[in-house]
Parts: sequence; C-alpha cells; structure tokens
Amino acid sequence: MTATLFYIAAAVAVISTVLAITRTNAAHALLYLVVSLLSVAVIFYLIGAPLAGALEVIVYAGAIMVLFVFVIMMLNAGRATARQEQQWLSTSAWTLPALLCAVLLAELVYVLQQQDTVYLDAHITPKEVGILLYGPYLLAVELASMLLLAGLVGAYHLGREDPPPDRRQPGTAEQTDA
Amino acid sequence: MLEALKAVQSQLVTLWTVIQHTFSRADTVEYPEQKPYTPPRYRARIVLTRDPDGEERCVACNLCAAACPVDCIALQKAEDDDGRWYAEWFRINFSRCIVCGLCEEACPTYAIQLTPDFEYCEYNRQNMVYEKEDLLISGPGKYHDYNFYRLAGKSVHGKDKGEAYREERPIDVKSLMP
Amino acid sequence: MNDTWLDILIGNGLVIAILLVVLLSLAAVLIWLERRLLGIWQDRLGPNRVGPLGIGQVLADMIKIFTKEDWIPPFADRAVFILAPTIVVITMLLAFAVVPFAPGIGISDLNIGLLFFLAMSSLAAYSVMLAGYSSNNKYALIGGLRAAAQTVSYEVFMGLALMGVVILAGSFNMREIVQAQAANGWYIVPQFFGFVVFLIAGIAESHRLPFDLPEAEHEIVAGFHTEYSGMKFGLFFIGEYLGVILISAIITTLFFGGWLGPWLPPLVWFCLKTLVFICFFVLLRAAIPRPRYDQLMSFGWKVMLPLALVNLMVTGAVVLVQEG
Repeated sequence: MTATLFYIAAAVAVISTVLAITRTNAAHALLYLVVSLLSVAVIFYLIGAPLAGALEVIVYAGAIMVLFVFVIMMLNAGRATARQEQQWLSTSAWTLPALLCAVLLAELVYVLQQQDTVYLDAHITPKEVGILLYGPYLLAVELASMLLLAGLVGAYHLGREDPPPDRRQPGTAEQTDA
Repeated sequence: MLEALKAVQSQLVTLWTVIQHTFSRADTVEYPEQKPYTPPRYRARIVLTRDPDGEERCVACNLCAAACPVDCIALQKAEDDDGRWYAEWFRINFSRCIVCGLCEEACPTYAIQLTPDFEYCEYNRQNMVYEKEDLLISGPGKYHDYNFYRLAGKSVHGKDKGEAYREERPIDVKSLMP
Repeated sequence: MNDTWLDILIGNGLVIAILLVVLLSLAAVLIWLERRLLGIWQDRLGPNRVGPLGIGQVLADMIKIFTKEDWIPPFADRAVFILAPTIVVITMLLAFAVVPFAPGIGISDLNIGLLFFLAMSSLAAYSVMLAGYSSNNKYALIGGLRAAAQTVSYEVFMGLALMGVVILAGSFNMREIVQAQAANGWYIVPQFFGFVVFLIAGIAESHRLPFDLPEAEHEIVAGFHTEYSGMKFGLFFIGEYLGVILISAIITTLFFGGWLGPWLPPLVWFCLKTLVFICFFVLLRAAIPRPRYDQLMSFGWKVMLPLALVNLMVTGAVVLVQEG
C-alpha cells in the first residue's frame, strides 16, 4: 500500500518537475513546482517523517513559493515573455543538458539498485527531531541561524530608505525659496 | 507603551459599544406593511392643481420645463378665446423625474405641486409617462385660497385687468400703499 | 500509521460525509447569520423576508448563485482562473480533518495536526494570489499582491503564537492538546498573548474584516475576485466562511478547552464555543474599520512578531523553570 502511494507521489513529483521546467508561462511553471513540492511532502510523510513533510508544505510550498509567485505577479510577465521563453527552449538548447542529466540519473539509479530497498518503518516524531537538532546538530543549527541572521540584516540594509534630503539646509534654502 | 495600551483600549471600547447595540431597537421601517409617515409637504408625485373656482391654474408659462434639471416636463401652450393661456397638453415623464421640486418652486401660479404620494412604480416604463388628464386633480392642492387671476391676470375681451367677474384690481407696485 | 490512509477513508467515511454536509451548509447559513448579526449591531433588521427570520435567504442566495452566468473573461489565464477558487475550499475542508470535535469524533488523529493546519492555511493563500494573477485585471492583481504579502507575514506570527501552546502541551496533536487542557486548565490563561496574536493573525489569514485588504471594496473594486461570477465567486465565498469556522474551531481547541465543559455533551460544548467565536468575527466586522495597508504590515512586523516571540520565550522559560 505504502509502496503504491510512494510510486504515485514520486511519479507526480517527477512529472510536475519536468513540466515546471518546460512551461513557458512563468506562473504555470511555478504552479507545477508547487505540485512537485507537495508530492515530495507526501513522500516524506510516507517514509515516516511527517514533521519534514509538514515543514516542506509550510515553508517551501506555503511561504517561499508564495514569494516566488509574488515576484512573478510584480513582474507582470505577459505574452512577450512567454514567446521569449519559447525561443530559448529550442531543441539545440536543451538536448545536451538533458543528455548529461540522463547520464547522471542512470548512474543514480544504478547506485541505488546496488542497495537493498529499505522502507523505514520508524515513525519520527517532532520531539525526536527537536532533540536531534538541539543535541548532536546544535552547531549546524546555530550556523544556519547565523546565516539567516546575516541575510536578514543584509535585506534590511538593502531595503532601508535613504533619509530624505533636508531642504532646510543653509545655502540651498534660499534657492528653493527663490 | 501608554499609547499602545490606549490603542488597545480604544478597540475594546469600540467592540463594547457595538455589542451594546444588540439590545437597541432597529430603526428599520418595514415598508410595504408599515407605511412611513410622509409630511404634507413631502416631495413626490407631481400634480397639476386647480384654483378655488375649479379652473386650471397652469398658464403654460414653461418655467417648470425650463427649471427641470432632467427635462422630464413637456407642455404645449394654447390660448382660449379670452387670450388666457393654458396647456394644450402637459406631459411628465416620471421615469426621468428626480422629485427635486424645482418645478414647484419655479411655478408662478402654484399650479404644479409635489404630493406625498411616492408609490407610483409601474412594470411598463411607458406607463410612467403621465399626460395632463393623469396629472390634473380637482382640488387646489396646498394653497386652498390662492387664485392667480384675482391678484394678477390678463385683460380679456372688453375688460381690463381686474375688471372681470370676481377679480380684484391688480396691485400697483409703483405706489407705497398696501 | 503508514497504511492507515485507506482505513481512515473507509472507517471515517460516514464522519467525513456528515462533516462535509454540515460544514458546507453551515458555511451557507453563515451568510445569513452574518447579515442578521450585522443588522442587529447596526440597528437594522437584516434579511427577514424569505421564510421565518429570513432563513430562507440562504436558499434564495444559493439558487441565485447557481443560476448566475458563469463568465470567464477572455483575457484571463483560463486554467488558473478555474483552479483558483477550488484551492481555498479544498484546503479549508482538508484542514478540518485534524480538528477534534469531541472524544471519538474527528477524521484524523494526526500527530502533527497543528502543523497540518498551518500547512493548509498557508496553501490557501495560493487561491487568492492565483485568482488575482489569472484575472489579468489590475485591481485583482493588487488584491492578489496584498493577499500574498499579508498571508506570508501573518502566517509567521500565527505559527509562532501556536508554539506556546505546543510547548505547554508537549504535542502537535490537537486531541492531546485538549486532553492536556483537561488536566491543566484552559490555555487562554497562560497563553493569553498567544491567543491574541493567533486571533488577529487568524483574521488576517482568512481575509476577514478588518483585515480584508485583498478585497477592500472601497479601494480596489472587489480585489482578487473582481472578475469572478456565479459559482466560482460562490466558492470564494464559501471558502471565506469555511476559514472563519476553521479559525474559530482551532481557537476553541487550542485555547478554550475544545470539547471540555460541564453538563452538556462534549460536541455541544465544542459547537457552542465555536459559534461564539464565529459571532465574534462578525462583531469585528461590524465594529472595526479597515486599516491602511502599510499600517497592517507595520502592525504585523513591529507589534505582533515581537509579542509572539516574547510570549514564546517567556513560556519556554516558565516551562523550563517548572520542570527543572
């Protein structure tokens, strides 16, 4: 049962990812990406990591992708952009990367075939994840939080408004009055 | 901090004030069952009145048609044997009328008057066009004693102004006497 | 856990069917309830013509909305335009799966129930955004943009506000949270600030007044659903009311002891408490005017976020001290 659900979710993930790459309309591509993330979340749930699955939906599908869609809406990409995308997606452009990716995929499948398939029967609760994060992986968590803090400060710095030029400065005041 | 508390208090007071309205009576008048009181000088359906003698007051001066902001009044002047003017036909398109009352104010003879009757809907729009026989009532309206021709008028065959039957002499506006 | 999905579907089939019918009809009845309550609070009567107390208005509205012309503008992004209104209803209905209505009544006893609710409410944001985008209409686009920024911001505080409850109960499972409240008293007392933040974020998440900036009809026509008509508009409407019911039910579960209460059966208690919050949502609509967009954002980031973080820290510290 789990295996069937897994294969369905995996197929959905792969197909929607391919569609996300090939769509010329940016909003449609993003939608397929969201579907892909959702199916990955389902896979997480199926292999016994419900917390990771939920966080995948909340953080990636629910927040980051929303921001992506936000940007797409701000850019207001119309038909011209879609046509441009169409031109860029010419056969000569995608054949070589696709071949290289296929080679990698074949390798990956081969390597995975070497190992026995393991279905995790374990059910990882949020508590265990928390204990792991704040136990053995504390340093990684702290480093990641430092990185995020740096990003936050950087974003604040970039987004800060310049102080409005003071019109009442001596010298310029007479010019503006005149 | 104090300001924040004040803001919170303001919102809570708002909520409380609105909750108190749970127990206040609704101001709604349930119209078709419960007729609202319309004062005698309420402005609604337009009528053409007669003077106390039973003659039409309208002298077809066209002032009401000129005053009407939506041009819903149309009439045709005609003269009787005495040279007095009257409306050959008089037409008000109530689907245009905005019951502003400007025609009533413009009327020099109190002929056109607005009445408190506001229920004149029709299914057929053509029925909203009232002809003279629909507009003319048999009473003097709001001004029971006013008779235009007794105060001012037109000379008729063989008689000057004020010499006809039951007619007062016109007021000499150049004298100081009452 | 892994192969219970089908079991859940079959075993809970009846519960799901009943819940679906009850929720959808409740959402429809809320249209009437809201209009009546608004009428009462604004010294009016509200709809009172069709049937006793005007309850037939629900039916009349439904007939109207079903028979209206369902128009898709030729300039719209057709597929997305059709998809958008379904998302909000689907996600809102799915989120009800983790709500524990009473002992033994509920669809799924997910051990990450709270996170599932957050996930669904964050996905619901897509509905409004995609509607705004696909309508190809500048007012709809502005509404969609507002919705995106608003929901992404307020989701943060929503999640953070709930973490205080999670720390106290030690579980993401809604049912266990209610049971923890049976032992320790309702969480409205220790988590008052968490409740306030969650309530406000919940209003913002469900685009209800006073935070209905995505559809602010005084500024941007009807915002994201400007181009929608007929049953597609109806789905947005139902989705909004489902959101109201959902937020009320979650507040009841997390802060007001869910089904707990003396004398009456648990389910009745749950419904009563939820109804009170639904009425409170309507009261907010009747009483409080809509803030400006920048006011909404700065209120969120400068007041709600610090409040939620401080609440979380204090709760954590208190729990640590009590245990240590």
